[in-house]
Parts: sequence; structure tokens; C-alpha cells
Amino acid sequence: MSTQSSFLPKFFNGTALTALVILWLVPTLGLFVSSIRDKDQLAASGWWTAFNESKQVTFARTDLPDTQQQIDGQFVLSGQLTAEDGTEYRNILAFGSSSRNPEEVAAGETVKLRNGANLTVNSDGSYTYAQDKEITGSRGKRIFFAYGQPPRFTMENYENVLDKGKIGQAFLNTMAVTIPATVIPVLIAAFAAYAFSWMQFAGREWLFAVVIGLLVVPLQTSLVPLLRLYSDLGQMFGFESKGYPGVWMAHTGFGLPLAIYLMRNYMKSLPGDLIESARVDGASHFQVFTRIILPLSLPALASFTIFQFLWVWNDLLVALVFLGQGEDQIVLTAQLRALLGTRGSNWEVLTSGAFISIILPLLVFFALQRFFVRGLVAGSVKG
Amino acid sequence: MTEQIYSALIAILIGVSAVIIYFWGSNWILDALISKSSRANKEVLREKIRPWLFAGPALFFLTLYLVYPVFETLWLSFQNSDSTEFVGWSNYAWLFNDGQFHITLRNNLLWLIIVPTLSTVFGLAVAVLADRAKFGTVAKSIIFMPMAISFVGASVIWKFVYHYNGEGDTQIGILNAIVVAFGGEPQFWLSMEIWNSVLLMVILIWIQTGFAMVILGAALRSVPEETLEAAIIDGANRRQLFFRITLPQIMPTVIVVWTTIAILVLKVFDIVLAMTNGQWETQVLANLMYDWMFRGAGDFGRGSAIAIIIMLSVTPIMAWNIYRFRKDEAGR
Repeated sequence: MSTQSSFLPKFFNGTALTALVILWLVPTLGLFVSSIRDKDQLAASGWWTAFNESKQVTFARTDLPDTQQQIDGQFVLSGQLTAEDGTEYRNILAFGSSSRNPEEVAAGETVKLRNGANLTVNSDGSYTYAQDKEITGSRGKRIFFAYGQPPRFTMENYENVLDKGKIGQAFLNTMAVTIPATVIPVLIAAFAAYAFSWMQFAGREWLFAVVIGLLVVPLQTSLVPLLRLYSDLGQMFGFESKGYPGVWMAHTGFGLPLAIYLMRNYMKSLPGDLIESARVDGASHFQVFTRIILPLSLPALASFTIFQFLWVWNDLLVALVFLGQGEDQIVLTAQLRALLGTRGSNWEVLTSGAFISIILPLLVFFALQRFFVRGLVAGSVKG
Repeated sequence: MTEQIYSALIAILIGVSAVIIYFWGSNWILDALISKSSRANKEVLREKIRPWLFAGPALFFLTLYLVYPVFETLWLSFQNSDSTEFVGWSNYAWLFNDGQFHITLRNNLLWLIIVPTLSTVFGLAVAVLADRAKFGTVAKSIIFMPMAISFVGASVIWKFVYHYNGEGDTQIGILNAIVVAFGGEPQFWLSMEIWNSVLLMVILIWIQTGFAMVILGAALRSVPEETLEAAIIDGANRRQLFFRITLPQIMPTVIVVWTTIAILVLKVFDIVLAMTNGQWETQVLANLMYDWMFRGAGDFGRGSAIAIIIMLSVTPIMAWNIYRFRKDEAGR
């Protein structure tokens, strides 16, 4: 394409493309970085500052009042700010007089509390609490402060969401839905595609035109009738109307038009002489199909397999309608959507859960991108 | 856990082997049965039946799962909520007088104009730019990547981008952080009418640009060199080359890409459900349909009527596809 090349357009091209790539990458990057951050840091600072020290606001109690000392006529409590679990706060940035204002003054300064006491907190975490009267009360005084925390990366979010977020079980359920819902339509469509391309039967062209029409029929028109059919059949024969076989068949039905279309176009492009000579030699259509056409059609088969795998794995609608939403049947997308509702601001749960749900499709996609692209092009340029 | 893995494996095995047994078994039976009959007609009869064994399961599934439901849905759309009574056009009459439905139609129209157009424009831009850049292959992979991500996964990714913390708090959503960095006020984006719909559209554009890029990239490569060379000899500059020579030649593909994404837009459901569930006037047809299907005990009449509206909007594209196919076949 590029015939005239000068510096300026080239520079512009590179910059524009880089900008687009960054724009496309940043959201996913944010998800991944956040999923491995400490959950308190994740909630307190933007993921793009993940490598910086992050500021946390909290409070700690002074030592008990009965440890107070009398110095220069004042009653003084002093010590080291310590968390309840015994770790010492070493990097104090600011502190304040009340919970409403935990960053009132910088570390090292002194602030006057409402009860007249003077509070000093140094950046190393040592504090002095001094007042004229005796310090009373049975518990230590609360000190509100902000401290810097070194960046911390962890797999805790993943352990948490796999177990408590039920993402682990949902992953298995998704597998149980996806594998048969991918293999079954591929097999059925391969046989049908062969019939449509190399066998003679009444109404062949007409039926294939119907298949083309079905390519764009929205799922939505199928939902209500099938839901009713499933529950009627379930009542009649006494089985649960929501379950794996029902979903496999639904995905088979919805995936077939594209599958037949892609494979028929591919098989039709194979040399006819090959089939003719095998037939003359006495091979049946079944033999021709399984021994010659099927092995030759592997690229088209692979294309559609990836399509269907991605489609089923990523589907939400069919899974919501035809599967139970209990732990034994809920799939990743539905579970993730449920978490969005119940744990909407727990980003450590959502980011790690989402990452688990997208990692397998991403791997499949990058490993087999070539087949996927080929299928896309074959499926739409002509359609 | 292991028990569940086993039961899943067994389920997978049963489902897949049932299909294999059907194809292998039915052909075996056909061969076995008919070879016993008289010799002369044997081959002819067998080959008359076999295509139906091959295509039978596919035709069964297509009929049961796609063809029959269209007619059934049409019929149900003229009945009441639990399909016990014929109510004529009243579901449609209700629909066209419902304020929510008007908002939904407006939104769908916006989605239909904005998403396919911007996806196609971005896709074309990337395809052209990546052809000329050194890191083009990597760039294309990255732009293409969201195609593998589920709509729900993408919704989580973008909900985090749009996240809003109260004013004065540290913004952990990157969009608000950028707004604050430039001195603006952070916003609860998803509740800002019209803009919230646009922000949901961004998600689908983010996903579909890769699709447009791949298809248009293939079309660009098929533009014959000679036409370009001829234009260059005639003194065309780059801009003229693209807009006067290349673009007209790939226009049919641009239209195919646009319509393919438009069909997808009509069916978009997951993004709206996961991001806002139609709140703050972001409702779209597919989500409205789902909503009515399961609202309370479910209103199958209204749900079906909405499904028929979606079906009607794709019908012209369907007719066009069939027409194109018949024309192509006749030309072979």
C-alpha cells in the first residue's frame, strides 16, 4: 500500500497506532494488575500507582492509661503505634485529631485535641499524648493517621474468589457445558455440510438457502418456546427441565447455521474428482466422508470449533435461561454477573474472578488465532 | 471436587458418544438392511436415504431450535402473559404506548448507528495503519484480543474503568482519575443519561473493532496492485489513493462488516444486564425482552412481542443474504 514514504506520515501512523493500542490494552491491564494487588491497596489507590507506596488511613490505640507517666507536670502516654496483630506502623505520613480528619497535620507536628490534650506522632510511628489532667479510661486513646505501605502483590484474591466466590466450581461447570456444546455441533454440522456439498437429494438448494437465512435469526425468538417445551417435557417425563443436556442441545441448534455454512463452503471447494474416483472405486459416501473429506476439512473444522468454543464459553443468555443458577450448574459468566450484583465494589473479587473467566479463551485464542481469523473471513466476506 | 469432575467427564462422554454412535450406527444399519434386498435397486435406494441420515440431525436441530420457535413466538405474542388466552394485538398496542419501550427504541437506534459505524471506522484505521507499521502484527493481535473476552468479562473490565468514588476520595477508576487530574469533577458516569449508553457502547466497540479490522484487512490485501499503480502514475496522492481507489473497491466488505455488527447490536444483552440492568434509561430490546420473560412469574406475551420486534429488524438483512446467496450460486 505505502508507495510514497516520507517521515511525517510515517511518524503520524506510528503514533496513531500506538495510541490505539494503548487505549485497547489499558482496560485489560488494569484488570490484571488489580487482581494481584493487596485488596486494601486496591481499594485505596489507582492500579496505575501499583508500584508506588500506597497511603492507607486507619487508627490505632495508645497504650493503656495506666502506663501514663508524669513528666514536667503533665500526664504523658508515649509509645509506638501498633496494629492489633502486633505489627508496628513505621511510615506515618499524617495524623489528625478525629476520625473525620485523619490527615490534619504532617507527621512530626503536634495537634491539639478537643479535650485539650496535645498529640504528637512522628514518622517512625512513635507518639506522645500529653495533657494537664490525669488520663482516664480503661482503654487506650484512639489515634487516626495515614501511613505509607510498600506495594504488595499477592495471589490471595485468586484463592479467595476460587473458593468463596465459587468461581472454581463455576469453572468446572463451564467446562461441562462447553466441551459437548462444541463437539456435538461440529460433528453434526460436518455430516450435514458433506450432504449439502456432495450428495444429491430433493430440496438441497432450497434447504441450504434456509440455513443461510437462519444465520441471522436472533436467539431471542427461540427462548420462550424452548423454555415452555423443556418444562412441558420435563413434567411429562419427570426430569428436571434445567440441566446440561438441554443446554448442549440449545447451543447445538444455535451454532449449527454458521457451522454448516462455513464447512459446506469449504468442502465444496475441495476437488470433485477426488470424490468421484473414490465413488467409482466402490467407496460409500460414509467412507468417502470419514476417510477423505473429514481429514481434508480439518482447517474448517478447527475454525468453527474455536468459534463455538469461544461463543459457548462466553455465553450468558443461554446459560441463564436453560441452566439452574444453583452451585451445581451456574457457569462462569453467570457467577461473575451475580458477583457484580452482590460484591459490586469488592474489586479484588471481581477483577480476579473476571481474569479467571477470560484466561482460557484468551489462551485458546492466541494459540489458534490463525484458524480463527480464517474462519471469520470465510464466514463473513461472502455472507 | 473430584467427584464433580468425574460426573462432568461422564456427562461429556455420554453426550459426545451418543452423536458418534448415531452416525456410525445408522449408516451401518442402512448398509446391513438394504444389502439384503434385491440387487438392482439396492444402490439407488441406499443413496436416496443416506443424505437424510447425514443431514437429518442438523435439520432436526435447526427446525426445533430455530424455525419452529419463530412461529411459536409469533403466536405467543398474540396471547396473554401465561399464554392461556388470545389477546390479539394488545401486547403490541401496550408496547407502543409504553414509555420504557420508547426509551428502549431510542437507545437501540443510537446503538445501531454508533457501534457498527465506529467499530468499522476504527477497524479500517487499524487495518490501514498496521499494514504500514513495523509492529503491525503485534498491534493487530492486541486490538483483536477483546474478541475472545466475554461480554460479562468486558463489563467487569470497563465497570472498573468507570468506577466512581465520592468526591474528595482517591479515584481508583482510571476515567475519573484522568478527569480529576485535569481539574474536573469526578462523575458517577453510569447514571448520566445518554452518556451512560454511550459508555456501554464503548465496550462493544472495544470488542468489535478487532472483527472489523480482520475482515477489512483481508479485503485491503485483495485490492489489485495494478489499479493502485495506475492511479499513482496519474499523480494521485495518498489521500486520493485511499478515498478514490481503495475505499470504493472494498465498499461491499465495509457494508458486510457494518451489517454483521448491526445484527450483533440488536441482540446485545449481556453488557446492559451486567452494567446497569437497564437503569438510568439504558434499556435495550434484548434486555427488555429478558426482563419481561422473567419478571414476576414471567410475561410470555409481552416478552414474545419484543422478540418479534427484534426478529423483524433483522429480517431485511436475512432476505438480502438469501438473495445474495442465490445470485452467487446461479453464477457458478
